[in-house]
Amino acid sequence: MSAGAINWIRVTGEENIPVREGRSVQVRDCEIAIFNLGDRFAAIDAACPHRGGPLCDGIVTGNRAPSLDCGPVVSHAVVCPLHGWKIDLQTGEVLKPDVSVRVDTYEVRVSEGVVEVAVPVAARRRRKRAA
Amino acid sequence: MEELVIIGNGMAGVACLENILSHKHKFDITIFGDETHANYNRILLSSVLAGEREADEITINGIDWYQKNGIGLRLGVRIIDVNTRLRTLTGEDGSVTRYDKLIFATGSSAFIPPVDGIYRRNVFTFRSMDDTNGMLRVAGPGKRAVIIGGGLLGLEAARGLQVRGCDVTVVHLVDTLMNFQLDSTAGDYLRQKMEALGIRVMTGRRTKALLGRDEVEAVELSDGERIPADVVVIAAGIRANADLACRAGIQCNRGIIVNDYMETSDPRVFAVGECTEHRGETFGLVAPLFDQGKVLAATITGNRGPVFEGWAPAAKLKVMGVEVFSAGEFLDTPGADVVRYEDPGSGVYKKLLVRNNRLAGCVLVGDTSDSNRYMDWLRTSADLEVRRRNLLFPEPVSDKGSSIAEIPDSETVCGCMGVTKGKIIQVIHERGIRTMAHLKECTRASTGCGSCAGTCEGLLKAVAPDFVEEGKKVLCKCVPFSQDNLREIIFTQKLKSVQEVLEIYGDGIGCEICKPALSYLVDVVWCGDHEEDRSARFINDRVHANIQNDGTFSVIPRMRGGITTPAELRRIADAAEKYKAKTVKVTGSQRIDLLGIKKSDLPAIWADLGMPSGQAYTKGVRMVKTCVGTEFCRFGVQDAMATGIELERRLENLYTPHKTKLGVTGCPRNCAEVTVKDIGLVGQEGSWQVVVGGAAGKHVRKADLLITVETTEEALEAALLFFQYYREHGNYLERTYDFVERLGIEKIRKATVYAQPKEKRVLLRRLQKAKALSKDAWLDRKNPTPTQFVQIEAMRPMEATIQ
Repeated sequence: MSAGAINWIRVTGEENIPVREGRSVQVRDCEIAIFNLGDRFAAIDAACPHRGGPLCDGIVTGNRAPSLDCGPVVSHAVVCPLHGWKIDLQTGEVLKPDVSVRVDTYEVRVSEGVVEVAVPVAARRRRKRAA
Repeated sequence: MEELVIIGNGMAGVACLENILSHKHKFDITIFGDETHANYNRILLSSVLAGEREADEITINGIDWYQKNGIGLRLGVRIIDVNTRLRTLTGEDGSVTRYDKLIFATGSSAFIPPVDGIYRRNVFTFRSMDDTNGMLRVAGPGKRAVIIGGGLLGLEAARGLQVRGCDVTVVHLVDTLMNFQLDSTAGDYLRQKMEALGIRVMTGRRTKALLGRDEVEAVELSDGERIPADVVVIAAGIRANADLACRAGIQCNRGIIVNDYMETSDPRVFAVGECTEHRGETFGLVAPLFDQGKVLAATITGNRGPVFEGWAPAAKLKVMGVEVFSAGEFLDTPGADVVRYEDPGSGVYKKLLVRNNRLAGCVLVGDTSDSNRYMDWLRTSADLEVRRRNLLFPEPVSDKGSSIAEIPDSETVCGCMGVTKGKIIQVIHERGIRTMAHLKECTRASTGCGSCAGTCEGLLKAVAPDFVEEGKKVLCKCVPFSQDNLREIIFTQKLKSVQEVLEIYGDGIGCEICKPALSYLVDVVWCGDHEEDRSARFINDRVHANIQNDGTFSVIPRMRGGITTPAELRRIADAAEKYKAKTVKVTGSQRIDLLGIKKSDLPAIWADLGMPSGQAYTKGVRMVKTCVGTEFCRFGVQDAMATGIELERRLENLYTPHKTKLGVTGCPRNCAEVTVKDIGLVGQEGSWQVVVGGAAGKHVRKADLLITVETTEEALEAALLFFQYYREHGNYLERTYDFVERLGIEKIRKATVYAQPKEKRVLLRRLQKAKALSKDAWLDRKNPTPTQFVQIEAMRPMEATIQ
């Protein structure tokens, strides 16, 4: 998460994102996938860095450390429904396959029953230019 | 040559015989067994009862082993007399056999308490394969079982029968379950665990009589209470079978008295196993008996020297999810320090008794992971002074590799067979062992109670560079159980949702592999009467359409038997235009695919189509392909279209382990290509062939003939029987062609079309139940899950605040 000014965007009622599922949200010109992990929410870019698959529609899974397969679950991840890329929901890092790519992550909070996501102002501007 | 005769073909006798064979000997060997089965692992009968193993899986030595080793095997012959003066024994069949040396390995039998009506039908002891088979014949869903005796065997029988669907009550004479191994606190913990499994436990109750006419109908307790029962198991303890030896004039007490060399009072007669009494102790557990066998083998082959010094008694309960271990002393006694740990919340109780810095005994409930370590301390009388501060808590070890590395080489890994870690590693290296089967064969480790299998496998994995995994695979790391095991868990623990299974038996989160699999298992075990968890399903099953590489979806309406109408075709054409289908394609399954539909349009297109879902996106019933059959075809001999439509109606909307494609063809020319379908009906003059397990995908496989029947209704029933059997026994993602090869068509026939009428009814009833609870997935359009199909838009942006 880059430092600097951020906009907290009110997104939707928390009941609209069922537990252990994700939903994609259009926040101005960004598409963000928000996941309900039961005790908290997580948000990452909605498109899989592989072929643009809809990450919000992936199955939420556990991520084991230190290597991919053994040890206790240390964080949550989502598996892209198209080709099975696995992306860490906290860091945005691609866990499977072994490529050094990451997607953007966003801070999320719930305020009075409404899910809010923090979109950095700078990031948004950059994106706008790119578009 | 000397004549060596062994009376008793059980585990102890044969294990001793194996040891004799490994010595140089000059015996002609004959072995008598009063059971008609070859040697099998009696300890594992409880897992046969619970369905974890098949009867033939617990055979230790088959008939060919006896032949190969030149041993005369006499099965089904009970010895009724031994004459030590003439050195002969007489069989029930009148045969007389001479011996030079004689080994009693007569084992033990169930103690039958003085209860009226004990000889009624459906009353069993739990000692032999015949007992187990008898119980399995009577047991079944809805049957009421009463177990008399809450010891090790009684509890294992209780669990086994419960897994078979019985309502089980355990009646125990004293207040503490397993009172020969547990103190009262441990007994209470155990009781809670058994009750949590759904087994009723009544302690401090005496059984007075078994009531009923011919078959048992109820158990009457001494206070007058009656418990209805369809099956009763007597598990009130065992008694050494010493009568025969006693009548022959050999010194006996509770058992046949043996010295440290396993010699009896007669110099030509020896004894081994549960029939013996050594230093005043009798035995009911296997490990010391193998030790006895080694000693006796040395003595009898002229290598007299090794001695049997007795063992601290140890017991492990083999009930999944209920871990109980006890060894040595178990009651608090003056002079012994009691080191205790208790956590009622998680059901863990551990107690060590320490005397003079030596372990005198231990009791573990709920967590037996340290049992080998304690057993080792007991056996070696290890000095615990330096360990006093962390007797109950070893250093936490997170990964399996290092926990195996922590075991000293001298520690016994397999308590039953007395195999140390060092020995296993040595043998792995010497013989180049790569599989568990080979390891078992070479070391005998893990062939007793099997509880060390995990450690042995871990060792093999750590030591053998090219370890080959085998056997029942676990579903995945998140829920490390085989699918068969999981079905049992889901059923007996009454788990109705994926999340419950993950939370109780897994890591609480799961993954993309186990969650869809568990979704399937929960659905099929409860015949659809479960709590559906959409988050555990692949996206296709959440939106009832097949996701494509650009994120759009493919929509295929159901067109039963590949038969449609002009009106349907018009609606399909209109819908394709209205929702801008990128491509309209006729599929290989006689249906029409609308490709490139947006997720948000799905509920609307379903409504416009007005046709049910074709389930083309899921592991479920796809379609029934048909030819035109007698309706139009000049060669048709059966009505393929009507039969196909009917078959599709009866099965549609159901999930299967993998996609299931069916076909019905009206004559042997097979225009519908049904011999490469999962289930196919081939019409013939006056009959139908039902074929299963065909494939025309990655592999091409011709379907096997399941049965030939006369009427269409019989053909449909055969197809339904196979279908439900596949649902209940196929592993998730296992196509019928793998399933049929794995089980073999013979076994499948026996369980379906050749099954007893009652079994067939039960199978079909479960299918009917599932069918009744299923529905067309596209009806979701009427009440869609909120936000499933629509893109969420952020709320009014002006409310955003800059921080």
